[in-house]
This record gives sequence, C-alpha cells and structure tokens, in this order.
Amino acid sequence: MAEVSREEILHIAKLANLELKEEEVDTYLLHLQDILDFANVVNSAPTEGLEITIGANENCNVFRKDEVKQETSREELLQNAPEQERGMFKIPKVIQ
Amino acid sequence: MKITELTVHELQDKLASGELTVTQITKAYTDRIQEKEGQVEAFVTTLTDEATEEAKKMEEKIASGEIKSSLAGIPIGIKDNMCTKGVRTTCSSRMLENFVAPYDATVIEKINEQGMINLGKLNMDEFAMGASTEYSYFKKTKNPWNLNTVPGGSSGGSAAAVAAQMVPWALGSDTGGSIRQPAAFCGVVGLKPTYGLVSRYGLVAFASSLDQIGPITKDVRDAAILLNVIAGHDEKDSTSQNIEKKDYTKALEKDIKGIKIGVPKEYFGEGINPEVKEKLMQAIEEYKKMGAEVEEFSLDIAKYALATYYIVACAEASSNLGRFDGIRYGYRTKNFTNLKDIYKNSRSEGFGPEVKRRIILGTYVLSSGYYDAYYKKAQLVRTLVMKEFEKAFAKYDVLLTPTSPTVAFEIGTRSNNPLEMYLADICTVSVNIAGLPGISIPCGVDSKGMPVGMQLIGNRFQEEKILNAAYAYEQKTNFRKTYQPEFKK
Repeated sequence: MAEVSREEILHIAKLANLELKEEEVDTYLLHLQDILDFANVVNSAPTEGLEITIGANENCNVFRKDEVKQETSREELLQNAPEQERGMFKIPKVIQ
Repeated sequence: MKITELTVHELQDKLASGELTVTQITKAYTDRIQEKEGQVEAFVTTLTDEATEEAKKMEEKIASGEIKSSLAGIPIGIKDNMCTKGVRTTCSSRMLENFVAPYDATVIEKINEQGMINLGKLNMDEFAMGASTEYSYFKKTKNPWNLNTVPGGSSGGSAAAVAAQMVPWALGSDTGGSIRQPAAFCGVVGLKPTYGLVSRYGLVAFASSLDQIGPITKDVRDAAILLNVIAGHDEKDSTSQNIEKKDYTKALEKDIKGIKIGVPKEYFGEGINPEVKEKLMQAIEEYKKMGAEVEEFSLDIAKYALATYYIVACAEASSNLGRFDGIRYGYRTKNFTNLKDIYKNSRSEGFGPEVKRRIILGTYVLSSGYYDAYYKKAQLVRTLVMKEFEKAFAKYDVLLTPTSPTVAFEIGTRSNNPLEMYLADICTVSVNIAGLPGISIPCGVDSKGMPVGMQLIGNRFQEEKILNAAYAYEQKTNFRKTYQPEFKK
C-alpha cells in the first residue's frame, strides 16, 4: 500500500501546474490517502490473462479526408482570449 | 391541467390540434421559472426574454411551413457543459465564468434544427465532478421534493428543473451516473445512452472514454423522443458510432411477457438503504406480475467498479483539464510576472477544490511509479467488468438495480468527505465503464416522501429493451400521477 508523502503531493501539484496553499496540502494529503487506500481494491481483482481496455468501443482507427474547412473565423476563436494583439493570443515575454 | 404539468408528447398533441400555441407554452414556462427559480436555483443562465422572442419567430416559421418538425416551439433546458453559440457555457466553474463558445455542440445543432427553444443553461457540479451539485462555483441547486436536500449530480440543475416543471425536458451528461442519479433523486426519468450513440462534440470533456449526453424527462416516452433527436453518427466525434438510425418510440410496448430480467445480488447488499431496497423489491414483484422472468444472479464486480471508475475518470480528467491555462480562453490570473505563473495561478484560482482534488488524483495515478499499480490495473479491471456484463447479457435482456443506494441526502452532509460522496455513484459507474445504456425511472417514495430510483441496464445499443421495460412499468404504476414534488422546507 502506497503511503503518500508531503513531498509527493507537492511534486504531483507541480506536474499538474497547481499551486497549493499550506492548509490545502494537508487536506489533499488526507483525501488522496483515503481514496488511494480505497482504490487499491483493483489490485485484488482477478485480471490474469486479460488485455487492457482504453475505450468502450472496439479499438480501431477512424479516418476522414484531410480537407481544409473554415467553420469558425479567427475573430470568433479569439473572442474569449484574455489578451490578444493583431489577431494573436498574447502571452508575457518568454525570453529574458 | 396546467401547461407545465404536461409531458412533451402531450404538448405536441395540443400543438397539433391547435389547443395550445408555441407562445402560450413558452409563456407558461417563463412564468414558472419566475415563480420557482428563487427556491430551486437550477439555472446558471436563464434565457426567458430570448425564448419569448424565439417563440414568436417560431410561430411564424411554423405558419409559413418553413419548419415542419412536431417539436418546433417545444422549450428545453441544457446542462451548462454543452457549448451554445452566443450564450455562455460555464461548466459551473470560475474558470469558464465568462466563456462564450464560438460554435454549437452537435446536440445543440440537432435541437435547433427541430426548432426547439432554449430556456437556459442549467447548474451542475463544477466540470461535472460531483454527485450533489454542491460543487458548483455559482450556487447550490435544491431538490424540489425537499428544499433542504440535494438534487443529486452532476446534472442536478437539469433534473431539478424538470421536476420543478421549469423546463419540460432537459439534456444532461453522464460520466459515472450524472444523469441517472439526479433523475432518481428528483423523481424523473434519466437515460444514459450507449457510449458512441450520441456525439460528444461540443460537450466540455471530463473523462472522454466515459462521457455521454442524454435526456432527462418527465416520462419514458419523452426520453425516447429526445433520444431520437440527439442520437446519430457525427464525423466531428470519432468515437460516435455509425449505426442504423432507429425510432426509439417504436420500442414502447406495454407487453413485456417473457422478457428476462437479471437482478445482480451485489447491488442489494451492504450500504443499500432498507427503504430503497424495499421499493426495488416491490418493483421486481410488479415485473413478475407483468409476466417478466426475473432471476437473481451474481455480478461480482461492484466492489472493483467504483475504484476503477475513479482511477480512470480522474486520469482522463487530469489530461483533459490540462487545456485550461489562461491563454486562449477561460480565467486568467492577475497575479503573474511570467508565463509559468499564468498557467499555475490561473489554474489554482480558477478551479474549485473538488476539481483540483481529481486533477491531483489523476496526475498521481498516471505518474511514473504508480501508473502500473493504479491506472494500468484499472484498465485491466475495465476489461473484467465488460466481460462480466457480456456473460450477464448472454442470459438476460435487462439488468435491474437501484440507481442510488440512498434517496437524496441533506445539503452539506457529504460535501467535506470526498470518499462518501463517491459512494453515491456505486450503482451507476459500472455502466459507464462498460459503455452500456442505462435508464433511471422512479419506483415510489420512501417514508419521508422522497423519490426512489430504479436503474435498468441494457446491452450495447439495445436502448429499445430498457426503454420498453421502463415504459411497461411506468404505465402500470403511474408514479407521476400519484406523486408530485411539494417544495417542502
């Protein structure tokens, strides 16, 4: 059974691009441990000889013609952008 | 009878005979929203003025023959995770508080083609993660049967709005029970179609291999009618299946003599409220009287299914929600000096606690060192669950279980204990894991007058069988004519 450490929670939060407050770390640590202890039951399931399932449909590739279609305009796609300039999404400077 | 008490098929009849007009119907609903929304709080966005305008236009279109659908002018409510062009789609999250989709979801295109009128966007647990609608960023929706209890979730706004007669029917989405469980709590009908029957294009993704859109309605016939509208292959969703188009209302037969119903005993054991069990037992007796062959059997996957569900759903959610970064749409923090800060702070401030909890769990089970022990193992168990269902459907047409182990619980009693909240999904999640269709219909009320839901599960793409079994029971027992929500405090 995995014991989740404080360092691990902080590492996972970093991977997920989340910043946790001190008190949040404690709560999430508790909840995650609880849920993982419960989820551990999957390791007692009789799965010998079975293949993994990724989706509920039979796995197969779905192809379509690679055609260019203009369904939404650039203006429409940019309308929700927090910041934009000259028809582009704007972000802070990345090269110092 | 009041207009808002009628089912959609009754409204269709009255429109056809000229007894009612589109304007009258829309007005009845906008008035009802005015009257009840303060108590129930089912909507994130109401569109009452727009609907009134739309009704006028629709009347002209019907008169001129421009639109011929018998559903033209019928109002509907939409769960707020389906994209509606020009109307905000929030997922009940601060992250999408001001998001206005530049396109319609495929299901929205389909209801628009029929000339249906959108009354508004309905409240839900944030990003559909929850079983009580208490995790909405905006408000807590109340259950019309008892305003101190939750409506269930995550499609709690949709189910409560139908039960409170603020919409004649609604669309919900179901990843682990989010249509069926709130339908059970609110005493209405909720259908989760087979995975791949309804396009997910424009549905904000939670767990892509489990999500499915479906109807929440007053009766089984309405569920079949709305399924007719939304089902079908869509090239914009590569998981939608290209199968023959059916008329599901043809399945609605009262005669179910000889149909084989399997009752998995694991779904009636520990943790099931005795009053819920009693109502289900009565329903089973009713089916026997109608000539169904009912048999108890063992479906020994219930204990693995819930854990498998939370591993798979959270893993997929942690990946799907990676797109919210404060750059292209959604909430952006004011507190940043560089790009990394934008990502981190926008996500930390924009997501609520349950969403963050699931992202953390999902990231954990996918991270190196734990992937094999949790995620891969859950994918193996998923195969096991599917195989067990296959065996069951070799013997039975339909499986019968409770929809939820309890009736609606009181607001605030579970929201601080995530594991306890997850247990509300124990009867429904295996259906999503295996991609099967499931329907919840009311089968009575408990001693406090709260509705109890019965779930009927079918084999893949055999919606007709569960609709038929549900319809026969509904016609025999007539729940809706006997019980109505009283807005108790």
